[in-house]
Amino acid sequence: MALIRKKIVVKNKQGLHARPAALFVQVANKFDSRITVSNDKEEVNGKSIMGILMLGAEKGTLIVIEADGEDAHSAISELEKIISAEEEK
Amino acid sequence: MIELKGIAAASGISIGPAYKIGKEELVIEREPIKEQDIPIQIQLFEESLIKTRREIIELQKRIGLEMGQEEAEIFDAHLLVLEDRMLIEEVISRLKKEKVNVAYIFSGVLKKYIDVFSKIEDEYLKERIADINDVGKRILRHLLGKEKKSLGDLKEKVIVVAHDLSPSDTAAMHKQLVSAFVTDIGGKTSHTAIMAKSLEIPAVVGVEEATVKIKPSDLLIVDGNKGIVIIDPDEKTLQIYGQEEERLKGIAQRFLSVKDAPAATIDGRTIDIYANIEFPDEVPSVKLHGAMGIGLYRTEFFYMNRKDLPLEEEHYQAYKYVAEEMKPYSVIIRTLDLGGDKFLSQFEIPSEMQPFLGWRAIRFCLARPDIFKLQLRAILRASVHGNLKLMYPMISGIEELEQANRILEEAKEELRNKGIPFNNDIPVGAMIEVPSAAMTADILAKQADFFSIGTNDLIQYSLAVDRVNEKVAYLYEPAHPAVLRLIKNIIDAAHNAHIKVGMCGEMAGEPSFALMLLGLGLDEFSMPPQVIPELKYIIRCVTFKQAQEIAHQALMLSTGREVEEFSHAKLNEVLK
Repeated sequence: MALIRKKIVVKNKQGLHARPAALFVQVANKFDSRITVSNDKEEVNGKSIMGILMLGAEKGTLIVIEADGEDAHSAISELEKIISAEEEK
Repeated sequence: MIELKGIAAASGISIGPAYKIGKEELVIEREPIKEQDIPIQIQLFEESLIKTRREIIELQKRIGLEMGQEEAEIFDAHLLVLEDRMLIEEVISRLKKEKVNVAYIFSGVLKKYIDVFSKIEDEYLKERIADINDVGKRILRHLLGKEKKSLGDLKEKVIVVAHDLSPSDTAAMHKQLVSAFVTDIGGKTSHTAIMAKSLEIPAVVGVEEATVKIKPSDLLIVDGNKGIVIIDPDEKTLQIYGQEEERLKGIAQRFLSVKDAPAATIDGRTIDIYANIEFPDEVPSVKLHGAMGIGLYRTEFFYMNRKDLPLEEEHYQAYKYVAEEMKPYSVIIRTLDLGGDKFLSQFEIPSEMQPFLGWRAIRFCLARPDIFKLQLRAILRASVHGNLKLMYPMISGIEELEQANRILEEAKEELRNKGIPFNNDIPVGAMIEVPSAAMTADILAKQADFFSIGTNDLIQYSLAVDRVNEKVAYLYEPAHPAVLRLIKNIIDAAHNAHIKVGMCGEMAGEPSFALMLLGLGLDEFSMPPQVIPELKYIIRCVTFKQAQEIAHQALMLSTGREVEEFSHAKLNEVLK
């Protein structure tokens, strides 16, 4: 079991509330780990589209992703790629 | 006569009676429940979710078949909302705590989210609110046990006027009975706009108070080119628009009438008009629009949104299907073009300062022969099932082409040793999209069986314009004299070496450049399927000699703007 926490700056131009949000949730749901995402105000379930949208993270926001479980490591590294991708594909 | 202004969301003109769709009001009462009814309410909620899910998947399937995969993907967001744990858990925990009917609680939770989202200034999120509302209503309808009243009941051809149209509204419509859309809200990227475009009917959205000012059965003119809606037009306006509508219809009809005819000039030069595809399920649309082959089959999708690497068998099955379906026409498979703006999830790729100049496409493949060879083997194996060709993206010089061909030979050798059949003479082409390749096309032509010009990258590299950076987007000019000269150089070099040259970038599907490119000697144009009939029509309107003269004149102009205006004027002359 592992609990990993990582601070990441949102680089995507549309922030985390455009297509990347949907992609984020889809990827998050592939993992067994419990995944939470937080900014300085709120903490939400990383597997919930409503939660991620609620966070309303703009480009340049610092967010913290936390994964807790067997596959925490790969979860974090995959999710980080989505957040730090500058453009959507 | 009243004129309303809105946003032109889908082009075209339509005249007809208004058909209003009111906002559906679902009345939800607050009803306290007993402790023992809680499990029943939870069950009702779960059943409603399942029913809604079934409904959406059904709809998605239908839309996928009717309008293509892209439109159907809209519903992916719907499904995500439906499966949202946070939402579901909140409903269930409040239900247990507050002991009131689930419909009331659900609508409260939904409203809370929508209120939060409405405060965020974001175009995309505003559209997602429509998704959430749409799904929410579906769930509520099931919770309340109500059947949906939809546009399915239309009997005559009408202009649909609504506050907003949800994907489920449009999906349920009898398409042949709707001639235009007008909505109070929405933008160029709203569902209404997307649906209208794929149905090829005009739409004006964001018309303030359209549903207040327009009464049922009012006669309307919808001008989707200018973004205008005219209520109760006078005789003269009606006449002007009537003529314009006829003219546009005539043009569309003319295009469709030639879709299965060969793309040949009046004096008999035949051009290959091919289609670009990404997914095998686009093949029916390719055939429907009269393409004589596939000029660009993108293969990146195998690698998207997954954690593991695709198997050789997955590649093979897809290529085999496309090859067989398109037989005897050619299918040009582009080998993996990952990197640049295309996200790849399986590989540890360090983020780069300038991804477009970085480790991408053929560079990546040459560095990872294991991944590259797997794809090449799959293409080779599929080559016995049809007329397959392959091409390498982003070749910048002869060494890369030679190196790639060496790996191809290794792949052939491996198959030979295993006794697996393949077409040993499979044609191998190079994509010309880097200026260095364009300038040394004569050298590359000696080692390639054909060229395909990738204009999107060629333009961005030769004009030094990042095509995704809005601040410099104005410099992205397909018709810039530098680009034209490079294209001419590529075509001339190919023809000197007696090989064919095609184009698969966006420029190839742009009607106003067709005559110029034809005149420069381009042998093959590859484009999105929908544009094919129009391109064929244009080519059939001129002689090759005329086109050559147009190209000759265009090459003498000094700015991209001049070339664009000139090409446009020439096209209008020819189409008259």
